[in-house]
Amino acid sequence: MYHDNDRAKMFSRRALMLAGGKATLMGALAARMYYLQVMEADKYSVQAEDNRISTRLLAPPRGLILDRNGIAMAVNQHNYRVMVVAEQTPSLDYTLDALSKIISIGDGDRARIHKEVRRRRSFVPLSVRENLTWEEVARVEVNAADLPGVIIDVGQSRYYPLESLGAHILGYVSAVSEAELSGDPLEELPGFRIGKGGVERVYDLALRGKAGTSSLEVNSVGRVIRELERKEGEPGVDLNLTLDMKLQEYAAQRLGDESAAVVVMDIHTGDVLVMASTPSFDPNSFNRGLSGEEWKELSTNPRSPLTNKAIGGTFAPGSTFKLVTALAALEARDITPEMRVFCSGHTQLGSIKFHCWKKEGHGAQDLVSGIKNSCDVYFYEVARRVGYEKIAEMAKRFGMGAPTGIDLPGEKSGIIPNKAWKRAALKQPWHPGETLINAIGQGYVTATAMQLATMTARIANGGFAVIPHVARDQITEKSARPRTAPAWPSLDVSRQSIALVRKGMFAVSNEPGGTAYKARISQEGMWLSGKTGSAQVRRITMRERETGVKKNDQLPWKERDHALFVAYAPEENPRYSIAVIVEHGGGGSAVAAPIARDIMIEVQKRDMARVASDSTAPGTPPDLRRF
Amino acid sequence: MLRPMPRMPSRLNRTEMSMRDKIWQINWSLIAVLTSISAIGFATLYSAAQGSMEPWALKQMVRFAIGIGLMITVAMVDLRFWMRHAYTFYGIAMVLLVAVEVKGTVGMGAQRWIDIGFIQLQPSELMKIALILSLSRYFHGASIQEIGRPLFLIPPLIMVFTPAALVLKQPDLGTAMMLVLSSGALFFMAGVRMWKFVLVIAGGMGAVPVAWQFLREYQRKRVLIFMNPEDDPLGAGYHITQSKIALGSGGVFGKGYMMGTQSRLNFLPEKQTDFIFTMFAEEWGMMGGLVLLGLYALLMAYGYAIAMRCRSQFGRLVAHGITTTFFLYFFINTAMVMGLVPVVGVPLPLISYGGTAMLSLLLGWGLVMSAYIHRDVPISRRGMSDD
Repeated sequence: MYHDNDRAKMFSRRALMLAGGKATLMGALAARMYYLQVMEADKYSVQAEDNRISTRLLAPPRGLILDRNGIAMAVNQHNYRVMVVAEQTPSLDYTLDALSKIISIGDGDRARIHKEVRRRRSFVPLSVRENLTWEEVARVEVNAADLPGVIIDVGQSRYYPLESLGAHILGYVSAVSEAELSGDPLEELPGFRIGKGGVERVYDLALRGKAGTSSLEVNSVGRVIRELERKEGEPGVDLNLTLDMKLQEYAAQRLGDESAAVVVMDIHTGDVLVMASTPSFDPNSFNRGLSGEEWKELSTNPRSPLTNKAIGGTFAPGSTFKLVTALAALEARDITPEMRVFCSGHTQLGSIKFHCWKKEGHGAQDLVSGIKNSCDVYFYEVARRVGYEKIAEMAKRFGMGAPTGIDLPGEKSGIIPNKAWKRAALKQPWHPGETLINAIGQGYVTATAMQLATMTARIANGGFAVIPHVARDQITEKSARPRTAPAWPSLDVSRQSIALVRKGMFAVSNEPGGTAYKARISQEGMWLSGKTGSAQVRRITMRERETGVKKNDQLPWKERDHALFVAYAPEENPRYSIAVIVEHGGGGSAVAAPIARDIMIEVQKRDMARVASDSTAPGTPPDLRRF
Repeated sequence: MLRPMPRMPSRLNRTEMSMRDKIWQINWSLIAVLTSISAIGFATLYSAAQGSMEPWALKQMVRFAIGIGLMITVAMVDLRFWMRHAYTFYGIAMVLLVAVEVKGTVGMGAQRWIDIGFIQLQPSELMKIALILSLSRYFHGASIQEIGRPLFLIPPLIMVFTPAALVLKQPDLGTAMMLVLSSGALFFMAGVRMWKFVLVIAGGMGAVPVAWQFLREYQRKRVLIFMNPEDDPLGAGYHITQSKIALGSGGVFGKGYMMGTQSRLNFLPEKQTDFIFTMFAEEWGMMGGLVLLGLYALLMAYGYAIAMRCRSQFGRLVAHGITTTFFLYFFINTAMVMGLVPVVGVPLPLISYGGTAMLSLLLGWGLVMSAYIHRDVPISRRGMSDD
C-alpha cells in the first residue's frame, strides 16, 4: 500500500475539478435550452408554422357579362381536365399509353408532361388535357381501374354562349404573360386567365374577384397532409353591358358578309346599344386553342375579323363630315344659311379643277339643300370662306381626332389634319386645295364609326359632349354601382346652327331628292334624319373623268368607295344616333343608308317594347353563374 | 437522491465475496435511473413512429432488456477479472476495428459496422469501453513518480491514438473525439501533470490547420456550416436549422406528446437517432429537456460517488472513465442539436435508436456497478489481492 492515500486524495481533488467542469457545461446546455425555447421561442414558432403551413389560393368564379336585358354573354363553364400523378403510376409512359387508347393525346402534350414531371415533385398532378367532353370524361372514369395515377379535375373556363356575336366587345381571356403580372396573387395560379381585349380586359380586376385561401398542412417534401382552414374568395363582379344583344344580332345579320361596322348609341346617356363589326370570330376558339390554319385565316383575312372596326377601323368620313364643316362656318358667321352657291358640277381653285360628285351639277344651293344633295361644290365654297383650321376645331369638338373615351381598349383616334399636323407628320406645307378636299371628308381626314355616331349624337342632343360607354354601371374593383345621371358639358354651339344642320339632315332622309330619301322611315314617330357619305379610296384620273367615272360594282373590292351613313331618330324627340360604315361597300345612299334605316326601325321597336315593360326587365338567371 | 452509503460491514472488506453478498450490493436505484432514461427513449421512439411500436420502440426495449441482463452479469463478475483481461478486451476491440476497416459495411457514408450475423456490431463503441479498461489497468499500477516521467506516458498515448486514428479514418469524427477526450480525462484523473495538458492542448491548437487537411469534404462543410448555419438553410445547414426551429417552437411546455410538427412532418432529420433530443424537446418543451438533463446529472452523481468510494485506483479510474464517456455522449449530442457544436454523429445515450451503443453503454455501467460492488476489494499492481 504505497502512496495509495496520495493517489486517492489527488483523484478526489481532480474528480471535483472535472465534476465542476461538467456541471458548468450542463449549465451551458440548460442556458442554451432557455435561450432557444424561451427567448427565441416566438421566432422559431413562426418558422415552424411557416414550415408546416402552405397557403394555396382558390380561384374565385369570374364575373359574368350580361347584356342590358340580362342575356348572358360570358359565363363560366366546367373545364374537365385529365391529370396524372406521376408517383402513382407504374411508369408515366405506361399510364399515358393506356390513356391514349381512351382519349387522344398529342405528341406535344406528351413532351410537355415529360418536361414538367422533371421539374415538379412526383405527387403534383400534371394536366394531360383540358376541356374534355362529357363523353371523354365518362370513358376515363369507366376505365379508372386500368389507369393508375389518372385523375379527373374540374376547373373553370370561360364560355361565350353567343359565340361570334359581340366578340369584339367582350374580348377573351387567356394566360397571364410575364409583362402583364401586376402582383395580384391570383396570377400565380396555374391555369389562371386574365381578360385580353374588350371589356374582359377593361374590367378585368372587377371580373376577377378576390382569391380565397386554403391553408394546408404539408410535410417536408410538400405533400399535403390535411386542410387546416379554408376561406372562400369573393366571386367577380357581374358586368352588365348597355348593349342589346337582340339588336346586335339583328345588326350583324343585316350586315351579312360585308366588312362593316355599325354603332347605335343613346344620344343622352351615351349607352352603346349596338356595336357590330363584321366579319367577326368566335372567342371560344381561343379558349379551345386555335389550329395554325384557323389562326392564319383569322389574321390574314383582308376583312380583318379580329379588329373591332367600330372603334379600331378608321375611314375617311366622306360627306358625313360636311355636317361639321357646316357647323364651323355657321358658328364663325362666315356664311349665312341663305347664302347661295351655284354648282355647275365643278369649281376651280387656281389651276386645279374640283369636281362635284354629280357631274352635271346641282344648280343654286343654300345650306339646307347643300346638305340634302350633299353638294360638294357648295361645301368647297363654304370651306374656302371659313378656312380649314376652324373646321378642324369643330370636328374635334364633336369627337373626332381623339378617342371618344369609350370603355374599350384599342380605340383609334382617326385624323383631323391641320397645318401644324401636316408640317409635323408629312413635313409639307398645307395647300389651299387640301382645305376643300378635307372639308368634304376626303384627303387626310379619317374617323371611326364610334366617332361618327358620337358626332351625330352630339348634334342630335343639342350640342352636349356625350361620351359613349358599354358598361351599364360604374364599375369599381369591388362593386358595380348605377351610373349617376350624366351632365355632359355643353359644346358651345348655338341652337340655331344645330337646328339648321338638323334641318339639312331631315331633308336628306325625308324630302324627295334627298340623298337618303329612298332609305327613309315612314312609320309615324320613328322618322330618322341622316347624312350619307361615300368615301373615295382611289384617285380618279382626268382620263377616267372624260370616259366616264367607273361605277363601284365595276371595280375590284379594294378600290370601291366606303359607304357611310349617320343618322338620329326619332326626328321630333331624338333618342338614338347611328353610324354605319361599309368598307368598300359602294355608295352611302345605296348601301349604308338602308342598313341604318332597318336597324333604326328595329331599335325603336325595341325601345317601345322596353318602355312598355320596363318594370319587368329580366334579371340574371341565377343558374348561369357556374353553368 | 443519492441514498446514504451505509458504513461498510467488515465482512465485505475481503478479497473474496459470495454471490449472495454481491446480489445484495446491486445498486438498484442506479438501475432505476438508467431505466427511467431508457423509458423516455421508448416513449420518444414510439412518438417518432407516429404512435407505433414498430419499427423502433419495441426493438429498443428488447435491446434494453438484454442490456440490463448483461449489465448485471458484468457487475457480478469480480473487478479483478476485468482488470486482468483489460488488455485482452482491448486487443479484441482492436481486431474488430481493423476488421471493419478491411471488410465493413458502408453505412451513412462511413465504415462503422461489422455484420457478425445476429447483430451489426460497431467496434468503435466497444473500443470506448475497452480503452477505458486498459488505460485504467495501465495507470492502476503507476505511482505518482512514474506518472511524472514522460516516457511512461508513451504506451498509453499509443493505446489511445491508434484506435482514434482508425475511427477517424472510417470516418467517424464524433467517436474519435470521444475516445481522445475520455482518455484525456482518464490521464488527468491518473495524475498526469497539468502543464502537460496545457502543452498538449496548445499543440493541438497548432495542429488544427494540419488536421483540417485530413478532414473529409463533408466534415469540413459541417464545421463551416456550424459556424453559420443560416448560410445554407436548405443544404448542409438544413439539419441544424430545422433542429433549432423544432426546439424553439417547442417553447417552455412543448407541443404535446405526439404533436411535434417538425418531427411528424419530417422537417427534422434522423429524428429517431442523432436528433431524438430535438424531437423530445419539441414535444415536451424546456421542462422535458430539463427533466432529462436532471436524470443525466443524477447518473453522473452516481458515477462520481462510486468512483470516490473505490479503494482501488483501477475501480476509481473505470468508474470515472465510464461516467465521463457517458457525459461526453449526451453533452456532445445535445450541444450538437442545439447548435453549440458542429454536427457529429454521436447518439443520445440510452435514448437514440441503435443497438451497439445501447449495449456498450449498459456494459459500461455494468463495469461501474462492478466497481461499486467490489469497492472495498483491494487490488495489487498486477491485479491480485493485496494481502
